[in-house]
Amino acid sequence: MAKRIDVSDLDIYYGSFKAVEGVTISIEPRSITALIGPSGCGKSTFLRSLNRMHEVIPGARVEGKVVIDGQDLYASDVDPVDVRRQIGMVFQRPNPFPTMSIYDNVAAGLRLNAKKMKKADLDDLVERSLRGANLWNEVKDRLDRPGSGLSGGQQQRLCSARAIAVEPDVLLMDEPCSALDPISTLAIEDLMTELKERFTIVIVTHNMQQAARVSESTGFFNLSSVGQPGRLVEFNPTEKIFSNPDEKSTEDYISGRFG
Amino acid sequence: MTTSTRPSPPAAPPHGLVRVHGRLPRLAVPGLFGAALLVGAALSALTGFSLLLTVVYGTVLGTVAVWGASRRVEGPRTALDRLVTCVVTAAFALAMVPLVSLVWTVLSKGLQRLDAEFFTFSMLGVVGEGGGAYHAIVGTLIITGLTAVISVPIGLLTAIYLVEYGTGRLKKAITFLVDVMTGIPSIVAGLFAFALFAIFFGPGVRMGIMGSIALSVLMIPVVVRSSEEVLKLVPNELREASYALGVPKWRTIVKVVVPTALAGLATGVTLAVARVIGETAPLLITVGIVNGTNLDPFDGRMATLPVFAYYQLTQPGFPPEYAIDRAWTAALILIILVMALNVVGRLISRFFAPQTGR
Repeated sequence: MAKRIDVSDLDIYYGSFKAVEGVTISIEPRSITALIGPSGCGKSTFLRSLNRMHEVIPGARVEGKVVIDGQDLYASDVDPVDVRRQIGMVFQRPNPFPTMSIYDNVAAGLRLNAKKMKKADLDDLVERSLRGANLWNEVKDRLDRPGSGLSGGQQQRLCSARAIAVEPDVLLMDEPCSALDPISTLAIEDLMTELKERFTIVIVTHNMQQAARVSESTGFFNLSSVGQPGRLVEFNPTEKIFSNPDEKSTEDYISGRFG
Repeated sequence: MTTSTRPSPPAAPPHGLVRVHGRLPRLAVPGLFGAALLVGAALSALTGFSLLLTVVYGTVLGTVAVWGASRRVEGPRTALDRLVTCVVTAAFALAMVPLVSLVWTVLSKGLQRLDAEFFTFSMLGVVGEGGGAYHAIVGTLIITGLTAVISVPIGLLTAIYLVEYGTGRLKKAITFLVDVMTGIPSIVAGLFAFALFAIFFGPGVRMGIMGSIALSVLMIPVVVRSSEEVLKLVPNELREASYALGVPKWRTIVKVVVPTALAGLATGVTLAVARVIGETAPLLITVGIVNGTNLDPFDGRMATLPVFAYYQLTQPGFPPEYAIDRAWTAALILIILVMALNVVGRLISRFFAPQTGR
């Protein structure tokens, strides 16, 4: 299921403003790739361009190529809705649907797409997804309660369960732990480590220890000055980035001598 | 008084945090106002006693007295606080006067005919005593129901377009036109429907549906405005969560955005219905009045409560008391209907609101 992502010379614009410039990167299947960098350097923008979510913002567009297993995501005959079915996303703030129960939240990807499924199969899928997100034991007795009644960390794992329930090939995570306490963060990190057996995972994080803990490869984004587009400064295996980076600015950022 | 209530100054407050002013005793404010009312009564008696003048004099004098006393005892900041409290309370009381007076008048005059006959009989063949507004109640319900059937889909879809799809000039133009429509005088809406139907059916045509269309002109902008505000409140994150699951935009709107906003939408619609149910002028020229019961809004005149009340009052016949009583009772029923709709709106918003509890 997991797929390889090849990005070449990607420029991302908001209207006439160039937010990200010239990104070329190869993301390996069945691995975790972390993107780090200061705020406003275009990590999230880049991440959102991988499943065409940034198009939701009026005026946003992309130049360059994003190829997933030989298929160009931005080819004119590709429907963004199909892209998003293949490439799931977990957001920074947990966002369960407030009108739905825990069960319905997990089943939302199928229900909202009006896929017909037997009740037993759906029950099975919900249980599998919740187990996959390490949440089953905490919520199995209250699947019919509203999802917004869970704690922040549980909500975030609920959103992960919702994302993996549609069986995507790639899972994008945009700072999934920034609103969570260390224990919930640990649960999410364990989850990522388990999920990488089946999915390709790309995670944006501000937490460098987290990037060092979970990821195989790390990309460092930076921008030369405010108002300039962000660039991918360095992309290397995580050990190399954190021990012996090629670029001086990467070392400065990682060791806290930034700016 | 000032010396007795002022506590002995506390030992030198160097940082100025300790209260150095006294407090007025708890009964001082009502006492001062009572005294002011007595003085006001005496003042108004100079020019021939009147209750209105007494209250006006008493309020002004009482406010000034409380301010003055508080300034001497409690210091200028608390005095200003008390002054503003007095002014705000007086303004509130002033605003309540017409409301209470209106409810009281309608209740006292309308209750005597609020009987079973009023709800079960029409005015067919009634001269003088008796008769009822069954035909007008049913007519109001039919015409208002039809108005809602026309206005809610148009208004809701317009709001969805404005929030989810609209961009640039077209959106601005629609918003502007909706704002203009909100301000249309109701008689103009009535004339519009009248002229529109006169084109097809000739002048002098009267139908219930004409009234519904006239009322729709008034109701659609209200529905658009309230729905737009509610849809804007749906967090963008929910839309993004839905898109990220590969759900198309229209399905996201139908299954995520509208259900999340359902409580607010239902409340908005209910209040919009309450807004048009009492309109008189457009119904007067499009639907007219009739004494018998007409349940077909596509054929001929219908009776409605506001128009019924209007005609009972302006053409009461002889003796006039019975018709005037019926007019008041019709007004009372209208108020009850509007209140019931408001209660329904609140209940809807409570029951449909997204559950947050555990």
